[in-house]
Amino acid sequence: MTLTLRMAWRNIWRHSRRTWLTATAMIFSNVLLVFMIALQFGSYDMMIDNTLKLFSGHLQVQAEGYQDNPKLRSSIADVRSLAAELRTALPEARVAPRAAGFALVSSEDRTFGIEVVGVEPASEPGVSTIPGMVTAGRYLEEADSAAIVIGAAMARNLKVGTGDELTLLGSGRDGSFAAGIVTVVGTFDSGSSDMDRALAEVPLPWFQDTFAMRGHGNSIAVAVDQLGAVADARAAAATVINDRDDLVVLDWNALHPGLRQAIQADLSSAWFMYGVLIILVGFSVLNTQLMSVLERTREFGVITALGVRPRRLASLVMQETALMALVGMAVGLFLGWLVTLYFHVHGFSYPGMEELAERFNLPGEMYPSITFGTMILGPGVVFLFCLLAAVYPALRLFRLHPVDAMRTV
Amino acid sequence: MPNILCNDLCKTYRQGDAVIKALDHVTLEIEPGDFICLSGPSGSGKTTLLNMIGGLDELDRGEISIDGQRVDQLSKGPLADLRLHHIGFVFQAYNLIPVLSARENVEFVMQVQGVPARERRRKSMAILKEVGLDGLEDRRPAQLSGGQQQRVAVARAIVSQPKLVLADEPTANLDSVSATHLMELFRELNQNHGVTFLISTHDERVMRYARRLIRMQDGKVISDEIQKSV
Ligand SMILES: Nc1ncnc2c1ncn2[C@@H]1O[C@H](COP(=O)(O)OP(=O)(O)OP(=O)(O)O)[C@@H](O)[C@H]1O
Ligand SMILES: [Mg+2]
Repeated sequence: MTLTLRMAWRNIWRHSRRTWLTATAMIFSNVLLVFMIALQFGSYDMMIDNTLKLFSGHLQVQAEGYQDNPKLRSSIADVRSLAAELRTALPEARVAPRAAGFALVSSEDRTFGIEVVGVEPASEPGVSTIPGMVTAGRYLEEADSAAIVIGAAMARNLKVGTGDELTLLGSGRDGSFAAGIVTVVGTFDSGSSDMDRALAEVPLPWFQDTFAMRGHGNSIAVAVDQLGAVADARAAAATVINDRDDLVVLDWNALHPGLRQAIQADLSSAWFMYGVLIILVGFSVLNTQLMSVLERTREFGVITALGVRPRRLASLVMQETALMALVGMAVGLFLGWLVTLYFHVHGFSYPGMEELAERFNLPGEMYPSITFGTMILGPGVVFLFCLLAAVYPALRLFRLHPVDAMRTV
Repeated sequence: MPNILCNDLCKTYRQGDAVIKALDHVTLEIEPGDFICLSGPSGSGKTTLLNMIGGLDELDRGEISIDGQRVDQLSKGPLADLRLHHIGFVFQAYNLIPVLSARENVEFVMQVQGVPARERRRKSMAILKEVGLDGLEDRRPAQLSGGQQQRVAVARAIVSQPKLVLADEPTANLDSVSATHLMELFRELNQNHGVTFLISTHDERVMRYARRLIRMQDGKVISDEIQKSV
């Protein structure tokens, strides 16, 4: 340890109570920041994961332009064999080909416009939670042909239940008239009111026949085990479709632009709160270090008189602050990690969480995300602001006049 | 060539409406190796004169040169370097850095001077032994008596062999035994190492050690004589 560092360390303990008080402010805010940030990112991960699990998957292969303008005609030729290729390339992932179009659905007494999606009944549960959310009847099976699963709200609107027949009317891929009669085999309750009102699923082969798809589909949904695996999966999928210029791979960011915006909005309001907290800590450091510099005026005067430049004294004050902030950071980080770890294992919920949970289809408990980043971010920023707060007291030393300083007692 | 030359030094301070002539046309030459006491009543300008020679304060008028270099024309940085490398200071009290041990206090200045670590250690041990603090090197100032603290300050001031040691009432807080020991030390350093001393004091016993005694009053030098009794 250098002499200056040793000096700095001893200096901060000259007023140990004051140092502990300041360090406690740091520790408190660090614990809070570590936990809050971990919780926040944990909830985002969960929000993203749950939103994607519901229907879209983490990635989709689509015809270029389909995302912005989803027409039946912008389609993927031979969609089922491309899906098979993707399965081979991404053995860890689940892959489900789909076709989707707009149709009018009629029961005996009502008609609505809905989105009909042709799915592979066996693959769909791997990329979407809807098959598991069937509350009446059952989900589609491989043997089904003219069968349909509809949202619970749609069933209510149409006044139908399982076993009832519906008429679908639309236009096929070639512009021809498409029509068919299907039997409701189940209704699902996804928690997303849009989907429950306007989404229906039918077997992909039946869809392709009825809508004159000639083996085409509109998307292939890919689901991976965790968000972290998306980038690799995306790269692998991109290799598979390399020779097909008309196709693109979209990740969840492109599929759900609103999700990222919601997260960013939440983040910026959180940053504001954190900012206030950090500035308060900064002021406490400013106060402490200013006091500590002022009460040492005489001492610093003598040292300057010996020929020591103010720069060295300023660096001493910065080192003192850094040491104090390190103590606050080490203790705060450790305690924060303990608290976070507890909730990481046992889950965390708070009053009012239900509302959010419903909106984003979240489970009732959150699990803070413990990564190096979520742990270090808050304490790191606090550390920087503590140093920043000590700049003013340190700069004052450049104006120290040794004779005047030594005359003060 | 004289070591230190002060020519026509003037300094006034304002305290409220009063204008105080702390230095009033002071002219002085100090030869290398001299041992000088500055005496005079309180407020006569002794501290001001020492501060001026040490480059700690700005003159209103006059010039000071050390070995031909004009101290009054140096800017802050070079002045700091001059003090660091060529002038040793001993003040009345609270000289030491309280969180550092005796040895560290001496080493701190050497570190700032850029002395390599091993040499710092060797020199600080040697100088502390020389000023009679053998075995007390690791004590903090609070664990040392006033006289011992002043010895540490002296050790720190002379460890890098400055041309000049400026001591402002170094014995003011000491009992007479410690004061005598400190003056013996000064005399020995002056005689054996040729260090030039300029010491301000009220203390008659201190003045007896001086080869040359300068009396001041109201910012003026009123007498300047070589003492034969030493
Ligand atoms: N920075 C200052 N501001 C205002 N007045 C000052 C300042 N420094 C010195 N003085 C005044 O200048 C005069 C000379 O002061 P100085 O400290 O040089 O006297 P001194 O001989 O050292 O006295 P003492 O024996 O009490 O230490 C005094 O009247 C003092 O009050
Ligand atoms: Mg004085």
